[in-house]
Amino acid sequence: MESLKKFLRNPMGVLGALMLLVVVCAAIFAPWLAPYDPKQRVEVTPEDILAPPDAQHLLGRDDAGKDVLSLLIYGARVSLLVGFTASFMSMFIGTTVGLVAGYYGGRIGNALMRLVDFLLVVPDLPLMLVIIAVWGRGLWKIVMVISLLGWTYTARLVRSQVLSIKERQFVLRARSIGAGSLRIIVRHVFPQVLPLIIAQAVLDISVSILYESSLAFLGLGDPTLVSWGMMLNFAFERAVSRQAWWFLLPPGLAIVWVSLALILIGNTLDEIVNPRLRTHHLFDARRMVALVAEGEAAAE
Amino acid sequence: MEAQPILRVYDLCKYFPISRGVWDTLTRKPRRYVRAVDGVSFVMQRGEILALVGESGSGKTTVGMNVLGLQRPTRGHILLDGYDVTEWAQGHGPTLETDGGKPPTLPQAQGKAGSELCLATLSWRRRVMLLRERAQMIFQDPYESLNPRQKVFDIVAEPVEIHHLARSREEKEERVRAALETCGLAPADHFWGRFPAELSGGQRQRVVIAGALVLEPKLLVADEPVSMLDVSIRAEILNLLHALRRERGITILYTTHDLATAGFFTDRMAVMYLGRIVELGPTAEVLSEPRHPYTRALISVVPVPNPRRRRKRTILQGEIPNPIDLPSGCRFHPRCPDAAPKCRETDPQLRPVAPGHEVACLA
Amino acid sequence: MAILDVRNLSVDYLTDDPLAGSGRGSIALHAVENVGFRLEQGRSLGLVGESGCGKTTVMMALLRLLPQEGRIVHGQVLFDGQDLLQYSEAEMRQVRWRGISMVFQGAMNALNPVRTIESQMVEALRLHSIIEQPRAARQRAGELLQLVGIPPRRGRQYPHQYSGGMRQRAVIAMALACNPRILIADEPTTALDVMIQAQILELLEQLQAELYLSLVMVTHDLGMVAEICDDVLVMYAGMVAEYASSDAIFNNPQHPYTQRLLEAFPDVEKPGSTLASIPGSPPRLDDLPPGCRFEPRCQCQWREAICAQKVPPLVEIEPGHCVACHWARRI
Repeated sequence: MESLKKFLRNPMGVLGALMLLVVVCAAIFAPWLAPYDPKQRVEVTPEDILAPPDAQHLLGRDDAGKDVLSLLIYGARVSLLVGFTASFMSMFIGTTVGLVAGYYGGRIGNALMRLVDFLLVVPDLPLMLVIIAVWGRGLWKIVMVISLLGWTYTARLVRSQVLSIKERQFVLRARSIGAGSLRIIVRHVFPQVLPLIIAQAVLDISVSILYESSLAFLGLGDPTLVSWGMMLNFAFERAVSRQAWWFLLPPGLAIVWVSLALILIGNTLDEIVNPRLRTHHLFDARRMVALVAEGEAAAE
Repeated sequence: MEAQPILRVYDLCKYFPISRGVWDTLTRKPRRYVRAVDGVSFVMQRGEILALVGESGSGKTTVGMNVLGLQRPTRGHILLDGYDVTEWAQGHGPTLETDGGKPPTLPQAQGKAGSELCLATLSWRRRVMLLRERAQMIFQDPYESLNPRQKVFDIVAEPVEIHHLARSREEKEERVRAALETCGLAPADHFWGRFPAELSGGQRQRVVIAGALVLEPKLLVADEPVSMLDVSIRAEILNLLHALRRERGITILYTTHDLATAGFFTDRMAVMYLGRIVELGPTAEVLSEPRHPYTRALISVVPVPNPRRRRKRTILQGEIPNPIDLPSGCRFHPRCPDAAPKCRETDPQLRPVAPGHEVACLA
Repeated sequence: MAILDVRNLSVDYLTDDPLAGSGRGSIALHAVENVGFRLEQGRSLGLVGESGCGKTTVMMALLRLLPQEGRIVHGQVLFDGQDLLQYSEAEMRQVRWRGISMVFQGAMNALNPVRTIESQMVEALRLHSIIEQPRAARQRAGELLQLVGIPPRRGRQYPHQYSGGMRQRAVIAMALACNPRILIADEPTTALDVMIQAQILELLEQLQAELYLSLVMVTHDLGMVAEICDDVLVMYAGMVAEYASSDAIFNNPQHPYTQRLLEAFPDVEKPGSTLASIPGSPPRLDDLPPGCRFEPRCQCQWREAICAQKVPPLVEIEPGHCVACHWARRI
């Protein structure tokens, strides 16, 4: 695909993709990569607690005596899982709301947009804290909370795109051949917004991971699972005074690494996908030349 | 029995409201409207090609959209093949207080016997589908009227799918092939795997026409179909439309600002100015003996491809006034070279000056 | 003496070869080949051709405004005897807008929407160091607007308050700010109604007479060319097909392409006559035929093997009438 080639030509995009690949592999192959299983009970002596890095524990040990490196690798699973799932769900909700609000407009559109405005204004993190504190902790609850508050940006983006797409002549043509609203939205409008949604989704994953880490850092993560946020939480509470940097730094750096990877990918996609003004080929000789060469490559 | 005209438009009006600020709402100022179409009436017989000529702002495209029910008329009635289109229209226009919504009691105003009963029993969606099967549109911009992500096959097959006209894949392919080849895109399988971006402007326009033809409509509204194409391919598309009339008896409403192409293949011509028809008659007669000053001026400034024929050009000064605040009396009088004092007071209606030839002028 | 004399101008566009992969190996598309014409002071030339024939490229080349991929391969552009292609960028800046000015395609839509028309004209005047003081510049802006038929007080308005025709006039006024000797107008009336088109053409004729201006009209509209141009250059696929006076082109066309183009142009005074079309499309720039470029679509009765093999040279069959066709008959 053409877009893939364009993506591969962008060094930042490729770098981001590679960085993400490292993390994804770590998450998938965790049982083979991690030297120890974090769930296993460990016989612990007082020297083992927050022990500095050595040959057997490359990143030292945490406050319970467990290997930090293994925790880090397994932690990737939680973060990526939460990130991808929450992002997918919020994309789904946001796109649907945006399509409906943009295409139908009128009272429904207005009502939906006021809802969006309301949610946008409320500060996300405090609201999430309140909900989790009341509702209870748990991985899926975290995913639900993040996605229920994160769809608003996408909804706005999609709606503004839909407003301009629905005025285009091919949509009018679809109406003139008898297409109903559903068909028009699915077949004609949605494919035009899809590239933007994908670019936005990637950036959204990074945001979701940050939210999950923040929630865990504040002590509201899933207590049964280890995530980077939780590691930071424990490290902050217990390791700082002992200056056990090996417990504090790795999860923080891991979060930065993933976020950076996703942002690089997302920005590159955004550059490729952003609708630029297309000059009509009858008026621009240079574009005609480019179109000619392109048209041939496509026809071949 | 006299064959019924396929299209009858009575006093069609389409007004677009201008949004008001809070102050205006509070001070109860009267609502203002853009009167895009302000009282257009005409009749089309089966198999006729009528040119609707006018500059931008004359309302010609709006007439086409209303005839097809893509916009809801503010007032007036449109009878297509005996059915009242205004009941079918799905549009986004406001509706002014209509006079009860019943067809006016003009002679020959009755729809097809039993048609109202038929319509009443059908759902709204079904009624819209019936309309779409009878009248289709060809759009102006071949670069914008096709979905860039759909292949040609899907573009032409979509109407077939929507209206459930094919019972099998083979039948669908047959219909698409027939439509594409009628429009000169043969062999069809050479084209139907392509995307619009791979086709030239003329070919794209043919795809649009094929997409309209596949429903076997009786009326085609061609909205400036060749103005964005190169001069050397315009004739192909116009010849294609002409052939469709000749071979299939399709009625064509051809909208344009280009008098010369209108003169080339149409039977009758209607000249529009500021939302009204100012002259209507057989094309050859309107072009050779124009009666309305606007028509005369328009014809005189159309460039002819011969420097030896220096004609006297009546170049009207100024621009077309905006359709919100219309001039009093005859709407053309501020720019009319033959204006008289009475033109400021009375608004002329169309009246016959020769068989089949009507003019809206007081002179 | 001709104020503008273009000789053998050829322009290539470098583009990535889709087969060789990005970066490596670019192919040169011959967008324009051996185009030449002369323009006398006070006369107007129409440069006619369909989309993609290279007419805009020629104009951009002579003002040295080609995009990065464009290369002037050879030729001479003699403006008042001096070859513009030899000028440095600094010297070209003296020529652009002062000696030769251009109204670009779609310029009326390219006005800055957040600045008044007057301020945009004042900016042009000060930028080209014609008039430095703001007050004098505003006065001059007012004069220019008057010249094109816009009341000077409307200079304080914004582009969106102008109609299409008025915007085109404003753009023409801006182009005339520095009193150029030549004005190039690229598709000046394409997006306008026929009545406004007539007004603009009338304005251009008037300006030509009042200011003794030379005009070059680049367009695909033969009708407009017939109305106001003295000489016509017909281009096809980057090369000159025919070059003659307006009268000769319209009443005695010799090149098959010109003939077919005229047949495809509907005549409002002869309704109902048949309209021809030229089947096929212009050749792709990276797949040019070795011989005459119009040959694949040519239906001339004298067509023979040589047409496909050898590029026809531009021959002067009559004084002032040049044709590039192997079979152009000598009168």
